Amino acid sequence: MSRVLVGVKRVIDYAVKVRVKPDHSGVVTDGVKHSMNPFCEIAVEEAVKLKEKKLFKEVVAVSCGPAQATETIRTALAMGCDRGIHVEVTGKDYESLGPLQVSKIFAALAKKEEASLVILGKQAIDDDCNQTGQMTAALLDWPQGTFASEVEIEGDKVKVVREIDGGLETIKINMPAVVTADLRLNTPRYATLPNIMKAKKKKIANMKPADLGVDIVSRLEVLRVDEPPTRLAGVKVETVDDLVAKLKESGTI
Amino acid sequence: SVIGLTSIVFFDCILPKQLAEISYLELALCKLFSVATTHSLSLARFVSGCKSFSSLAELPEMHQMMRQTCRDYADRELAPIAGKLDKEHLFPAQQVHELGSMGVMAVEVPEELGGAGMDYLAYALAVEEISRGCGSTGCVVSVNNSLYIGPILKFGTQEQKEQWITPFTTGEKVGCFALSEPGNGSDAGAASTSARQEGDEWVLNGTKAWITNSWDASAVVVFASTDKSLKHKGISAFLVPMPHPGLSLGKKEDKLGIRATSTANIILDDCRIPLGNMLGSPGAGFKIAMQTLDSGRIGIASQALGIAQAALDCAADYAHKRTAFGAPIGKLQAVQFKLADMAVAVESARLLTWKAAMLKDAKKPFTKEAAMAKLAASEAATFCSHQSIQVLGGMGYVTDMPAERHYRDARITEIYEGTSEIQRLVIAGQLLKENAP
Repeated sequence: MSRVLVGVKRVIDYAVKVRVKPDHSGVVTDGVKHSMNPFCEIAVEEAVKLKEKKLFKEVVAVSCGPAQATETIRTALAMGCDRGIHVEVTGKDYESLGPLQVSKIFAALAKKEEASLVILGKQAIDDDCNQTGQMTAALLDWPQGTFASEVEIEGDKVKVVREIDGGLETIKINMPAVVTADLRLNTPRYATLPNIMKAKKKKIANMKPADLGVDIVSRLEVLRVDEPPTRLAGVKVETVDDLVAKLKESGTI
Repeated sequence: SVIGLTSIVFFDCILPKQLAEISYLELALCKLFSVATTHSLSLARFVSGCKSFSSLAELPEMHQMMRQTCRDYADRELAPIAGKLDKEHLFPAQQVHELGSMGVMAVEVPEELGGAGMDYLAYALAVEEISRGCGSTGCVVSVNNSLYIGPILKFGTQEQKEQWITPFTTGEKVGCFALSEPGNGSDAGAASTSARQEGDEWVLNGTKAWITNSWDASAVVVFASTDKSLKHKGISAFLVPMPHPGLSLGKKEDKLGIRATSTANIILDDCRIPLGNMLGSPGAGFKIAMQTLDSGRIGIASQALGIAQAALDCAADYAHKRTAFGAPIGKLQAVQFKLADMAVAVESARLLTWKAAMLKDAKKPFTKEAAMAKLAASEAATFCSHQSIQVLGGMGYVTDMPAERHYRDARITEIYEGTSEIQRLVIAGQLLKENAP
């Protein structure tokens, strides 16, 4: 019952206007402001809160990516995590890194670190996959509480209130478990200046996927990236009949 | 010579050892050409003060993180409400509280006393980012850190620090600084507020004017004369809690800008305080005030930078969006020249401010640099906000856009904590001292 693993992803900042590369192979990331994925911030906040309630002894922040991923881990440390693990993935490997490989890495780390709980953001705002948490749980054969808007530890079980289409679903799952954070789980704290100072002294371990015995070859190939079509002006019609006629004309109905 | 300085800075930052050698070389060359060595001495001073950083162009990681945190806070929590705070003259009590819990209200205070334990450069960065969101909140942060906590941290006894600093680190309480009087602002040595000893108490009498934070403060550092015959050498500093019998506040001034802060007279009418409330020794008040204002200048320079940057960002954003003559106005040279001039003004003032802060952190003399920073930054703020309104045209004149608020907020930075004219006197005084035959 001692360790929580939190995954944090470095993504393009939510406020930045994303542009597609001229060769349509991806989006422009050079010189663009990056920050921690907002759902990962919520995950870190939840993990730190659980530690402050003395339900866990240690929170470990993990990020997979190039050298800049350590900045994101430092932010997590400044928010209250105890130490970090940077799984180094660079260049072409990083461009093709997706939920399957990341969940293999997290599963290996969860076992290695003997974590009782893995908390992730429900999805990343760059790829919107919403898969890593679920895949990690499946690989570990652990129960999962996804889209969590409330998390409560009850002994060796976790009570999770999930936001689903029909409303709220409350489930109780055994630990060790994987939980993914949804928007309303909490409001992430601002790092305090003393904590930013302390974060400098906290350790970030560096390792490669191969050290964990994980193969990160992608089974997916991105063929092309395009901007969404520019929104065209609407057309006003006088009557409902006109509307139906127009819809039939455009082949919509 | 500014360009020469910058290039040497880069060298210094990458190769500290070679930097020291360059400065000695410069000294040797100067001696060879019989040029006054004071120029190189100040260069060497700057250079050695810079050694603690890897690069002036890129701040250390911790400072970057801290700057980003303050920027996020300002963008999310201050910028959305700044207009309302200004319109309704509201003191941002909740935000000050939140900033306190982040450590921003006591950046330089050591952790044992409840502060963030960071350096002055970190403080300058914090004030700039906060002021970018809301100029008034930046002012509150600056006054609490530099003018109230500053002198107590430097001249107070351990007991005074625990009593008068620790409760003011959390954002629950703020302090203020009372030097100016209705009869004297720039002429600080002519203080007429008096303090006489009666038994085991000091009795203060007089009026202080233009005191920022007065209506929201829980304590004040007051300067009063204990011996008028000694003129400025007879002024002493005192710590007075607020509220307190014998201390009353005048009406809140209706200001042009920084309206979310309260500015009023503090009236002392037989205000009695224990003897232990004197800060520093008798007659040290003037020196304490001047040294406090030296550091406070860096804080105000940072506030002015924040306002200037906000005005620049507003203008640059508008230049993209507003179209005229068939294209965004950013395509027009007239607008481009304005934006370029604004950017140069801000960036040069920013480097001056950082340099002053770094010199202070290195415990080197920084009076001249702090005055230069404040002068440059405040003039940059008024220039940028003026041009920002011009770029926005009619939209800059109405309250729908923040440009008019930046214009009003910027104006005070050329006045308080030493007018631009006083700054020029300070700079000239230092220059002439360095060049004395």
